[in-house]
Amino acid sequence: MPSAQTLLPYLDEYWRDQLVNRHIDKSSFILTSYPPNSPLSARPDWRQASGAPCGSLDDIRRQALDPFGSSLAICNVLHGAVALFNEDMSAAMCSAINDWVAKELLDREPRLRASIVVGAHNPALAVKEIERKVGDKRFVQVLLPAMGEMLLGRRIYWPIYAAAEQHGLAIGIHAGSTYQHAPMASGWPAHRVEDYVAQSGAFESQLLSFLAEGVFQKFPTLRLVLLESGFTWLPTLLWRTNKTWRGVRPEVPWIDRPPAEIVREHVRLTLQPVDAPKNDPQALARTLEHIGSDRMLLFSTDYPHWQFDGEDVLPDGLPDSAVRRLLIDNALDTYPRLREMAGLGDNREIKQEAVR
Amino acid sequence: MNVPLRHTPAPVKLAIVDCDIHPAYRSPADLHPFLPARWREHMTTFGEHLRQGLSGQLAWPRMMASGMRVDSFPEQGPPGSDLELMRRQHLDANGVEYGMLMQLSRGGMEERNLDFAAALSRAINDWQLETFVKPEPRLRAGIVVPQEDAAFAVSEIEHRADDARFAQILISPRSSDPLGHRRYWPIYEAAQRARRPIALHVQGFSGGHASTGSGWPTYYMQEHYAASTGMQNTLTSLVFEGVLERFPDLKVVLIEGGFAWAPALCWRMDKHWERMRQETPHVKRPPSDYVRQNCWFTTQPIEEPEKPEHLRDIIDWIGWDRLMFSTDYPHWDFDHPREVFKFQLSEEQKALVFRNNAKALYALA
Repeated sequence: MPSAQTLLPYLDEYWRDQLVNRHIDKSSFILTSYPPNSPLSARPDWRQASGAPCGSLDDIRRQALDPFGSSLAICNVLHGAVALFNEDMSAAMCSAINDWVAKELLDREPRLRASIVVGAHNPALAVKEIERKVGDKRFVQVLLPAMGEMLLGRRIYWPIYAAAEQHGLAIGIHAGSTYQHAPMASGWPAHRVEDYVAQSGAFESQLLSFLAEGVFQKFPTLRLVLLESGFTWLPTLLWRTNKTWRGVRPEVPWIDRPPAEIVREHVRLTLQPVDAPKNDPQALARTLEHIGSDRMLLFSTDYPHWQFDGEDVLPDGLPDSAVRRLLIDNALDTYPRLREMAGLGDNREIKQEAVR
Repeated sequence: MNVPLRHTPAPVKLAIVDCDIHPAYRSPADLHPFLPARWREHMTTFGEHLRQGLSGQLAWPRMMASGMRVDSFPEQGPPGSDLELMRRQHLDANGVEYGMLMQLSRGGMEERNLDFAAALSRAINDWQLETFVKPEPRLRAGIVVPQEDAAFAVSEIEHRADDARFAQILISPRSSDPLGHRRYWPIYEAAQRARRPIALHVQGFSGGHASTGSGWPTYYMQEHYAASTGMQNTLTSLVFEGVLERFPDLKVVLIEGGFAWAPALCWRMDKHWERMRQETPHVKRPPSDYVRQNCWFTTQPIEEPEKPEHLRDIIDWIGWDRLMFSTDYPHWDFDHPREVFKFQLSEEQKALVFRNNAKALYALA
């Protein structure tokens, strides 16, 4: 994650002055969702000698790309700029982050792709930033946090989806919260592990919001990618929503077929974390059968977060038939911009990771 | 003899325990005999003081007949308020051996004025006895208490503890803090002492927080679903704040929040508990152990996979001894005992889910 000082050269004079005079450039912009010393935030062998999470370009190459033979990888910058209430400051910093990503990562490492970081609170500014970066085909996705000010299916956000659909960008929702609402329906839990566990419920709520508001009817080629969401909760959502829909159809008449079909067509989820029992691969295999599609999961390491050890990124219980789709085809189908870039071999992997 | 079909007792071989039946008062005045004059006047003058924008109605209007089965309206009063109709239409017709009452409104769980909440709680508990349980011994009351006033809640639990007609303790999972919070612990201590399960039924009234981590849903379709994510939140809190470790004999019943999510939530809790273990050293065992030991789930609204057999995997993972049948009578999304399972259960599994698990948990004769 670029520090605020690193971003200064990417800001205009007004914002540079603001950051320096107000000592904003001395702030960490670390998100509450990912305290850097927490075990989850970085694997022990993906930490620097100081204990800080790795994440320099050399680290990424050595730790995240080479060991997994990845030919393409998508960087998602998790930066506190999206949690600023000042819409203009947030937008300026997001622009600086995206320019920094292009120059410091994408220009220097041809295997890398990235998401466009935007603040959702002002959709007009978000669209402006998407339009500004959209000519750079190495940006393949628009990044939004799982818990924010409002549920993301709401019509106020539709200009973002219109821009994404028009330019062949996926919408990526990543675990994390701006904490404008309590993470639980009953308020604020005491522990960080509770916040993290509650992320999967936040993804469920966002998915329901996209469905109920009719986003996929309005934007029929839009792809929604849930990043670091877990996926073993998905069957229950499909089952429950299909049933409830039969009773609530008059309320949401634009949902013209069973919601599970719509989800399987439009929604993708990244592999890590695999929330399944370690010693019972059959449980994962059954869960994948419950999901009922081998086109939904996208390979991810979640680097540098500690979700697995060594190179043990593919869990037991994953059927061989699903592996190639998971490693390559599903991502190519999700991100049209990956296909546009030539030179993809057959046995290379495409993955998602966090950049810190 | 021309008897309407639905009034004919069904040829059900197995008597059932229905773990979620909603009684209702004909009008708020039904509570007057059970309230001191001071609170009768307060109720008439000021009414309930809740944490929502609309008074006396829900902000997500239900899909049909205020969320009720259209055939469940008595000649007078709302569905659930006429014991005769409840007997004829549900208890007799569906072979209900025992029915657990879930009185959700006007019990003080969602009331902001805690003195009024206490008066309502005591009144609604007396009202349940007089109106339903005394005349109909198949029914069991729940001790409704306002969870935000733990001291009063404990006194009300103790007040009812010797009365076997009260089977469990009802608090709202839409509490003002997640239910694992220490200020609720006296309630769990009292529940354990009184040997009553804590019943957590999904709740339409907010305790002051949006129903999702990203704010409020737009449609009832979403709010209906939020009952499931909210219940997952509550279970997560009970585990990680150490309630189930501190009160090993506490029994928790999760009602109308769905159950198919439980295995995946347990897997997720176990995985991240292990990774983040040093943050919660008071949680000594994997979260799934506590859920397996302390928690029960009711069936309605049962999740319906496209391939019905998939639900069998879920129940295998949860344990056939932990699932209890419920209808949600007289609400619109009622599950019928003959239709609820779309796959074949063994006789033993049927006996457990429809009857024996509940009889054991609630110590029903």
